[in-house]
Amino acid sequence: MNDTKIDTLLAGPIVAINIGLEQFAISLAEQSVDVVQVDWVPPAGGDPEMLDLLDQLL
Amino acid sequence: MPSGFVIRKNQYYDSVFLMSVNRRILEVKGVQQTAVLMGSPTNKQLLLDIGIQAAQIDAAGPNDLIVAAVADSQSVVADVLGRLDEWLNAVEEKETTGQQLRTLEEGLTIQPQANLAVISVPGEYAAREARKALEAGLNVFLFSDNVPIEAELELKQLAAERGLLVMGPDCGTSLIGGVGIGFANVVRRGPIGVIGAAGTGLQEFTCQVHNAGLGISHAIGTGSHDLSNQIGGLTTFAALEALERDRNTKVIAIVSKPPSPEILDRLLERIARCSKPVIGCFLGVDPRSMQDRKNFQFAATIDAAVALAIAACGGQSVQADPALTPEEIERIARESASRSPEQKYLRGILAGGTFCYQSQQILRAAGLRIYSNSPFDPSDKLEHPDRSREHTIVDMGDDFYMVGRPHPMIDGTMRRRRILAEGQDPEVAVLYVDIILGYNASRDPAGELVDAIREARQAASQRGGHLTVVASICGTLADLQDLAMQEKILREAGALVFHSNARATAACAALLGKGVLS
Repeated sequence: MNDTKIDTLLAGPIVAINIGLEQFAISLAEQSVDVVQVDWVPPAGGDPEMLDLLDQLL
Repeated sequence: MPSGFVIRKNQYYDSVFLMSVNRRILEVKGVQQTAVLMGSPTNKQLLLDIGIQAAQIDAAGPNDLIVAAVADSQSVVADVLGRLDEWLNAVEEKETTGQQLRTLEEGLTIQPQANLAVISVPGEYAAREARKALEAGLNVFLFSDNVPIEAELELKQLAAERGLLVMGPDCGTSLIGGVGIGFANVVRRGPIGVIGAAGTGLQEFTCQVHNAGLGISHAIGTGSHDLSNQIGGLTTFAALEALERDRNTKVIAIVSKPPSPEILDRLLERIARCSKPVIGCFLGVDPRSMQDRKNFQFAATIDAAVALAIAACGGQSVQADPALTPEEIERIARESASRSPEQKYLRGILAGGTFCYQSQQILRAAGLRIYSNSPFDPSDKLEHPDRSREHTIVDMGDDFYMVGRPHPMIDGTMRRRRILAEGQDPEVAVLYVDIILGYNASRDPAGELVDAIREARQAASQRGGHLTVVASICGTLADLQDLAMQEKILREAGALVFHSNARATAACAALLGKGVLS
């Protein structure tokens, strides 16, 4: 059976994108994990209707 | 009590920044409660829950900052809110260097080979980010809570279709190949894989395995709703199958609060076909419902699950039951003899949700009725989380305490206050606190509580009594917080210290004259 992406994750190494709290990226970097930090802000100004519209367009 | 609020339009900050501001304001004399948060629908409901409402708050949006304060006097409220810029500037984040990324897509352009997205955005946006990550082929660690159950199901079905793992939502802890994600400890690698719907339960399990000399292949958090009927255990089943395939895993353990009976039954059927031995610690489930299951061993406590897992690996046996040593029994007798007659009750002021649950399970089995804000039995629910009744164990990580505040594992302010309040109650005989070490937790959790512990003990002495303090530490010697130093701080403050929640709870029961069955 071919490896799933779960198997690949468990086999390592972890390559991560951290979206939100920066401390989580810092603690991963401290463990030598290759991680990029995304400084997330609410998309579309946080307007749920606009967000739905945006999702439909993409 | 006087209160007030200020709204700043279009000033977005993440929750850690807001919590830091919150903490500073809370230190001002006379301030009783504060909320520093963004105007999302969830947060506005939280404000309503603590009695702060206004048309301007209703009109605020997720990019608008709301700062509210409740204080002893209107002048304190006015002073605190008038100095908002000062608070914000004091905490202002260090300037970030390099390119600032704003979206997952931008992250993927820098890191196209990524295999994991760690997501901690506010709950109402979390499912959207997780869906994008899954569609891009990434596994997901979803720390965010307040994700609707329908959205969780949709995410986990999408993950199943694509052979991906969704850890969460509301996932506090995972350890993948030795890497701690979220609240996790420094634990050596080894043959035991563990799946957990309980964050501090996973931390306790992995630390105890490490402290017994063995190690963990992977610890996979599933989120607290995974074994519900609605979700059907999708992440648990995926994790079980992955650990079965994983060459480094020899034994599998599952730690969870009570699953739905139907899902538990299906899980036990799958476990019967698993090629590796499986140990299950389902807190609060009657073991008789799991008797005579093939390839399955039931553990009543996390400690028992650790002992069974180690034995299944051929390791030397470790203490499975919470029996106390002769020295501990003697110390307990001495402590009990120093009390005044009115001192009767236990107060557990806990940071770990699983610990709150496991302690209640053990104490109930010992014949004690325990009140809690997060009770085993709905009839034992405290009328108000802040008001203890007889024997009480409080989960200080409960939503009630989390309105724009850091979790008690990150910051001890709320627990300190509660310990001092309990110290004023002449009927309190035993105070129990848990200390949780590891990545992303407070750098000095014992140090944060120790002055309050001393003060509470002193108050009892001045009344002619004696307050016994019991502490459990969840951590390893490799953790950044220095376990030995944490233990020393607690012992010097007069606490009885244990390296297990179950054993500390057994000590609490013994201090109340009750034995604990193993």
